[in-house]
Amino acid sequence: MDLFFVIFVEILYGIASLALISIGLAVVFGMMKVINLAHGEFMMLGGYATITAVNLGINVFVAMLIIAPLLVGVIGLLVERLVIRHLYGRLVDTMLATWGLSLFFIGIVTMIFGNTTTSITTPIRGFAVGNYQINGYNFFIIFMACLLLIAIYAVLKITRLGLIARGTMQSADIAASLGYNSDHIYMVTFFCGASLTGLAGAIFAPLVGLVPTSGSAYMAEAFITVVAGGPSLIIGLLSGATAFGAINQIVTFTSSAVLGEVAILVAAVIILRLIPKGITSRFFKGKM
Amino acid sequence: MTMNRRKFLATSGVWGGVLLMPRIALAADTIKLGSVLDQSGPFDAYGKPMYKALQLAVGKINEGGGLLGRKIEVISYDTQSDMALYTQYGQQLTRQDRVDVVHGGILSASREAIRQTMRKTKTLYFYNVLYEGGVCDRNIFINGVTPSQQVEALVPYAMGQSGKKVYILAADYNYGQITAKWIQKYVADNDGETVSVDFFPLDVSDFGSTITKIQSVGPDLVIAPLVGGAHLSFFRQWAAAGMKTRIPLASTTMGVGNEHKVLTPEEGNGIMVAYNYSQELDTPENNAFRNAWADRFDGDQSMHEIAVSQYHGIMTWAAGVRKAGSLERDAIITALETGISIDGPGGKVTVDPKTHHAILDVHIMEIENQGMKLIETLPQRQPTDTQAVCDLQANPDDNTQYEIKT
Repeated sequence: MDLFFVIFVEILYGIASLALISIGLAVVFGMMKVINLAHGEFMMLGGYATITAVNLGINVFVAMLIIAPLLVGVIGLLVERLVIRHLYGRLVDTMLATWGLSLFFIGIVTMIFGNTTTSITTPIRGFAVGNYQINGYNFFIIFMACLLLIAIYAVLKITRLGLIARGTMQSADIAASLGYNSDHIYMVTFFCGASLTGLAGAIFAPLVGLVPTSGSAYMAEAFITVVAGGPSLIIGLLSGATAFGAINQIVTFTSSAVLGEVAILVAAVIILRLIPKGITSRFFKGKM
Repeated sequence: MTMNRRKFLATSGVWGGVLLMPRIALAADTIKLGSVLDQSGPFDAYGKPMYKALQLAVGKINEGGGLLGRKIEVISYDTQSDMALYTQYGQQLTRQDRVDVVHGGILSASREAIRQTMRKTKTLYFYNVLYEGGVCDRNIFINGVTPSQQVEALVPYAMGQSGKKVYILAADYNYGQITAKWIQKYVADNDGETVSVDFFPLDVSDFGSTITKIQSVGPDLVIAPLVGGAHLSFFRQWAAAGMKTRIPLASTTMGVGNEHKVLTPEEGNGIMVAYNYSQELDTPENNAFRNAWADRFDGDQSMHEIAVSQYHGIMTWAAGVRKAGSLERDAIITALETGISIDGPGGKVTVDPKTHHAILDVHIMEIENQGMKLIETLPQRQPTDTQAVCDLQANPDDNTQYEIKT
């Protein structure tokens, strides 16, 4: 019985971590149709921001939940103003530009911190469930993923800002003709996407060691999750993360970590073969 | 003065020759020591102190007048934890720089990437790292501990502290694969049972589901030959899950790159290891070595197991050159095969003529407050695993890495 609970928590953790990794990408790619190849580097920057802040003596939760998302959000804002806004609607050009940005960020961080592994200690202790020990930080990740998904849902669904953002994403021309500045709305959306990515990077920082190239490890998983999820922002993200997170954890548990990674890719190929436009193009249609 | 083509060529040839001359003269004066080490990237915790050890050793030899009246010049390349760069720099050192000896390589994968280049170009090669054993090649000298020196000692001690059921977590490349087989052998020799073996690619850093899996199997002991910066996460996550007090942990690699100084005491305490060196060894040689290191690198104290192996390796090579009285490869090999010994910070290290491996002390230790607490010293252990399969005296043309039969 304890074992089932522990495995259940591990699966939830797998789903939550995929959702966290992809949430910023879902906002930027899902809503704005900008393929941000520097997504992984935004996460890496969030991680470094956290570790640096903690080493300067700032409380780890303040560093993780406030400093990292703000800093990466501001960097995202600069990137949007300087590069991406000139390239809206030009898919291949944005890919090239953001790929260049990712190399730039890796280079800068290597110059500042060196090409070496840095890490901090996990701030939450483990505890016992029956005969098993669980990493307490897993619950924090699950909690944060739920909180962020609910928050995004609430903002988009309830607030006027969310309504305007959704309208602009559907048809920028009509939103503009109604008097909304689509340029500003894109800017704010990109800022939010970048902050969310920075926050995700910050949350993972205490769990794993960081090197300047850490970001690339997240890229594949994030894109697979968002693409397989399909057009709906939140349900799509959730369904992609659930499918791959559960498959990964179950295969890892029954065989090995390597096969767990392989299983994600195999599952992605099968899903995209059967439903090329993603899970939410067939199920949960029209939901957010 | 008019300048035609012939005149131009003649004058520029002469001037070019004059400009090149001091370089040629200088090149003949120094002995070239090639180094290939990961001084950046996920394996830099191993490589940076190894390079410092190299500088210290070469500095010491040069201050004492060099070798055969000539100074040593170091030609070094940083391989950035990228195996492809080893092949490239290995070629460069042997064919372009034409060095007299190469000390380097950290991961076993990197050693195998350059070993054949060294052999083909007849460049004497020293691999100064703890490894999985079995390399039998007259051109290479190895002074790191092998499984029969390390694992054979560690397994019975760790099992005595815990129990008979052992779970192995290993890095997924030649070192981890072969070492895992050795661990299984020694576990079986001590009437134990290996309940499971899991392998992890070097970039895996999330061990959450593995930790759950270990608990569901319920071993008495976990032995972890994990390698590099990403795998360090395992020890953090193991402690964060509160497993430290439940299942004891032993490792054949933890601490080799001073990982126990990166982990907090709570994360590291109690992990069982067996190495040739620890900073806490209280011998005159080690104290002198630590002081010399601190003096040279502004108080730095980053020396560790394989940095000390690197130091031993260079000192052994220097002793070989002195005894041979020549820089000729075969003369040095013959000199080293007389069974040369040096006294280094890790104790007495003797070349085994049969295998080109080393006979040295091994200490069983436990991590305690970011240091290594000595439990037992096993003096002058032989590399019996390699001796059982390799005899370079009888069979000097051998060029194999023997693996354990299962």
